[in-house]
Amino acid sequence: MYRYSEFDHEFLAERNAQFRAQVERRIDGSLTEDEFKPLRLMNGLYLQLHAYMLRVAIPYGTLNSAQMRQLALLAEKWDKGYGHFTTRQNIQYNWPKLNDVPDMLDALAEVGMHAIQTSGNTIRNVTADHFAGAAADEVADPRPYAELLRQWSTDHPEFQFMPRKFKIAITGSENDRAVIKAHDIGLQLVERDGVLGARVIVGGGLGRTPMIGKELSEFVAFDDLLAYLEATVSVWNQIGRRDNKYKARIKITVHENGIDTIRAKVNERFLQVRPQFKGADMNLLEEIKGHFAPPAFREGSVASFESAYTNDPVFRSWVDTNIAPHKNADHAIVTISIKKHGQTPGDATAEQMRVMADLAELFAYDELRISHEQNVILPHVHKSDLPAIHAKLKEHELATANFGLISDIIACPGMDYCALATARSIPVAQEIATRFEDMKLEHDIGHLKIKISGCINACGHHHVGHIGILGLDRAGVENYQITLGGDSTETAAIGDRTGPGFAYDEIVPAVERIVETYLNQRESAEETFLETYRRVGMAPFKVALYPEARANAA
Amino acid sequence: MARAFTPKVVTANDLLEGDVIYQTEDDRWSRELSDAELITDEAHAQVRLLDAARQANKIVGAYLADAVVGENGPEPTHFREDFRRTGPSNYAHGKQETSPQPRA
Repeated sequence: MYRYSEFDHEFLAERNAQFRAQVERRIDGSLTEDEFKPLRLMNGLYLQLHAYMLRVAIPYGTLNSAQMRQLALLAEKWDKGYGHFTTRQNIQYNWPKLNDVPDMLDALAEVGMHAIQTSGNTIRNVTADHFAGAAADEVADPRPYAELLRQWSTDHPEFQFMPRKFKIAITGSENDRAVIKAHDIGLQLVERDGVLGARVIVGGGLGRTPMIGKELSEFVAFDDLLAYLEATVSVWNQIGRRDNKYKARIKITVHENGIDTIRAKVNERFLQVRPQFKGADMNLLEEIKGHFAPPAFREGSVASFESAYTNDPVFRSWVDTNIAPHKNADHAIVTISIKKHGQTPGDATAEQMRVMADLAELFAYDELRISHEQNVILPHVHKSDLPAIHAKLKEHELATANFGLISDIIACPGMDYCALATARSIPVAQEIATRFEDMKLEHDIGHLKIKISGCINACGHHHVGHIGILGLDRAGVENYQITLGGDSTETAAIGDRTGPGFAYDEIVPAVERIVETYLNQRESAEETFLETYRRVGMAPFKVALYPEARANAA
Repeated sequence: MARAFTPKVVTANDLLEGDVIYQTEDDRWSRELSDAELITDEAHAQVRLLDAARQANKIVGAYLADAVVGENGPEPTHFREDFRRTGPSNYAHGKQETSPQPRA
């Protein structure tokens, strides 16, 4: 875990004092809303449909138990007893009052957290593989580099007023769990001839114009990476379109200019900025790496785990679903589902946060992660501790065995909270989860990712869901478009639209028909939804979704 | 020909709490849409919006929202305004948990 330096503490204290004064000046009428809005957004404070919303950054999704407890405190003291973990590995508080926000920010600073650059046209919170440092399949832990990027991008003078926001994701694994191809820049750590560096993907993004990122460079050594990224952002900052907000993201710049032109411009700029990087960044990276040294993994027998696995079917089901292989064979990565059937995806109560913090402290070397899939991860757990962890999770409605299954749905806040939304997404997620739970089909259906957004901005990643659902306003009523075949991994793909959308009360039955079609079409129980879709294509799903079209064709 | 003016209410968010409020005929801000002044004249609507915009130290983001006459005062015509007057559908939070307090 990165520990704040004196400089970090002072910087944050100063920023928080500035914002406190700005809030006071807004309340006493010295600042108009037009003047105040950019200031509050720089500090993560939005005004949503029913209240303010404070978005707190969880850098690369990593938390320790003290930080998680502090998030619980904020939820309890200044919100309504819960927080919402987002697809950007952040946490959002839905009900803060304006004059409480400076106190909330001071409380966050006590544990080295803040809400800076969680909004605005800046480089946003750098996201990372939530299994980083624990995954059996990674080249290196990407978080030291993510922390370097956080320090580089925070308050970077050149990058405070860019054409639009800018999102960077990083993974250390070939198996992409960080959706790097749907970010402005995606980084995949690779090793070449013993030298660590990154493959650089650029111009991915979802939203109104979804694009899969393109390879800008197959390898940039760490020594040069920061200069190379600065060059990339700088080129876009220069030529990115400021005339049209909807064409301002780097994906459009790459699309309009072509990846080869962008690469040539980046290389040219790189030669200019490279001499400014004199190795201080590499010294800093070395220092940061020390903060992320792996814990001293304990040794011991896993017999108690094996016995529980054999004898307790509920525990076995949870292990089979929610446990991923750890780089140490006697350890495991635990995904805590905060998506009990019928609950709001990503929401955790203050009590649940404290339980997870306690478990992390007791059993998981004091580490927690937030995944972009809106779950909480204990990245390092000795297998013999799994039965105790499971028992504790069960007591707090946190032991749902649905990781990667149909009820493990990503959903944005939608029109229940968001001022930009065009339709609700939370109740759609709740109903789908409850419906398939009632039918007891979920484990039979297997690996299936549903992702729901309540507007075209696609915070719910619907384009890369195996089944994507997009809520729109069609002539004053909620209407839901479906896409199939999206993929958020290393084989990233944008889903295909099935056809006309469905009304609010038709969307869950439509998903049911899609799933029935899959179950009828699959060659075996091992063939996943995505594999079946790729094999049989859209046609059978269309027939199931639009029987009237079939009748007309007949 | 210009489109006919449809009735409106002036709505905004409270500066401190952030919650949804409506302008009343006697120049208060109410948490209840049913208390709002239903405006049927376009020129009057613009004047009332200006009245609201002047209260920058009390409210945020005033705008005119479509509404119709209902049994107990104005009713929304669009589902977004229906959600704004009610609160979220996943929890009984916001206006659903506290009885609305009239505001001076």
